[in-house]
Amino acid sequence: MHKYIFKRLLLLIPVLLGVTFIVFTIMSFTPGDPAQLILGESAPPEKVEELRAEMGLDDPFLVQYFRFVGNALRGDFGRSYRTKREVFAEIFARFPNTLILTIVAIAIAVAIGIPVGIISATKQYSLMDSISMVGALLGVSMPNFWLGLMLILAFSVGLGWLPFAGFEGASSIILPAITLGTGAAAIITRMTRSSMLEVIRQDYIRTARAKGVAEKKVVNKHALKNALIPVITVVGLQFGYLLGGAVLTETVFSWPGVGRLLVEAIKQKDTPTVLASVVFMATTFSFVNLLVDILYAYVDPRIKSQYSK
Amino acid sequence: MTSSIAEKRDITSKNKNKKRSQWAEVWRRLRKNKMAMVGLGILIILIVSALSAPLIADYEDVVIKQDLINKLEEPSLEHIFGKDEFGRDIFARIIWGARVSLVVGIVAVGISVISGGTLGAVAGYYGGKLDTVIMRIMDIFLAIPSILLAIAIVSALGPSIINLMIAIGISYVPTYARIVRASVLSIREQEFIEAAKAIGASDFRIILRHIIPNALAPVIVQGTLGVAGAILSTAGLSFIGLGIQPPAPEWGAMLSTSRAYLRYAWHVTTFPGVAIMITILALNLLGDGLRDALDPRLKQ
Repeated sequence: MHKYIFKRLLLLIPVLLGVTFIVFTIMSFTPGDPAQLILGESAPPEKVEELRAEMGLDDPFLVQYFRFVGNALRGDFGRSYRTKREVFAEIFARFPNTLILTIVAIAIAVAIGIPVGIISATKQYSLMDSISMVGALLGVSMPNFWLGLMLILAFSVGLGWLPFAGFEGASSIILPAITLGTGAAAIITRMTRSSMLEVIRQDYIRTARAKGVAEKKVVNKHALKNALIPVITVVGLQFGYLLGGAVLTETVFSWPGVGRLLVEAIKQKDTPTVLASVVFMATTFSFVNLLVDILYAYVDPRIKSQYSK
Repeated sequence: MTSSIAEKRDITSKNKNKKRSQWAEVWRRLRKNKMAMVGLGILIILIVSALSAPLIADYEDVVIKQDLINKLEEPSLEHIFGKDEFGRDIFARIIWGARVSLVVGIVAVGISVISGGTLGAVAGYYGGKLDTVIMRIMDIFLAIPSILLAIAIVSALGPSIINLMIAIGISYVPTYARIVRASVLSIREQEFIEAAKAIGASDFRIILRHIIPNALAPVIVQGTLGVAGAILSTAGLSFIGLGIQPPAPEWGAMLSTSRAYLRYAWHVTTFPGVAIMITILALNLLGDGLRDALDPRLKQ
């Protein structure tokens, strides 16, 4: 098992190098001279030339790329064109906010998705099943930023129960977390339901019922444990996806996370911040996916035994 | 004697039917699926109204021209969805917006299907080192959340409708590469491919005439769902100011500007979102239906 984890960690290195290379290449297409952007429009040309040389902007592309990677490994992503502060520090200051939002969102999604999925599966074709399936369908079809606006309209503007936007006190996380979590809740509901339906048809469930185990126990003990294995993967993948996709929700609610930092940086043409935020989020995403795979191997004895040899 | 002839005839006519109607059979199964038919119906209405947008409202006069005196007017019989912050009819803008969303969605998916499909077909057909190289590169692209990749591309290239289609198209390439590769791998080993090789067909011809038509089913399903994803991405990117630029009518861009008027005008925010939701819902219903119709084995 340790060997497996170690192997996966090693495999992550080329992926992350590739990710940074792709993002770095894309961002190098950004029009405008960084040196000019830092010094301002009115700076004298010789000053701009000087800074270009100092920043190594005249070096070949690959040299620039490897310098970026080298610096990034030491936690140095350069300085923001706008605030002149270290980009890495800025991202790190914002990251906890994105993380909290994502954790609450996924908790809401799990708290809704798994029970509703189980009830749907155990009472297939009932009214309850139809309602939750329609709900799940609407959940995946709704653009989450619009849902956020509608929630503001209902609970902040209409009822006045919750704050409009921003980051004031514990209650301000409720609406953004629901907004971010709804899509995931819908996906988890569907996954739990179909996984549960599949497990319920297995022979060992029939055996359990035949030997007279109470239905409640069949569902909770025999079926659920097996049905939840694929659900865990989906929850983990959704977590990674939400972490990266919180951009829109953070914009709607003016939530001070990495996503909003990215959007602001794009508007201000602050390339170092854009580059660093995307690289940071893609790296986090890869790590979460790796963790999900490892967790999956742990919870599924069939996979675990493959690697224990 | 007579009965055996009749039987034979029956068998031949059955075979004929089967041969003629592979797609008719899919259509027959799809038609039985009520939800998929609802989705298809909504889509047809959307496409027809997008095509007839110029007949419904004049672009310059109704969709773009401002009428500040009547701004944020509530829905009425004359303007069923009300007016926006510049006094423009929201219903007309949504209909014109359908054009943008559908075109961007379809072209973006076209870009990903063609490039991803080609890469996947080449990787699956030739295998070996080429396969490894292509698929490892695809893995790297998959490690970047697609919305982030699209954001990075648009922010570097600048917001325009073309760049938007390219960005969204590129961000979904790996998905199609994987799907096509998987189906090619299973088709490659079949006898009719060997037969085609034996009679001297070129690789290009084999891929184009024999492999692609047989690998089409999963691509059609994923493509339908992909248009939904692309429309959502378009709206999302426009919402953060990286997509379609005002005053052009686009659903996400309409929502973006509506944010400032949330306190005073509910209708400005509500209707463009409903339009997005219905479109995505229709595509999802049709996509799910197509999956069941194209591969009945999947349906339990």
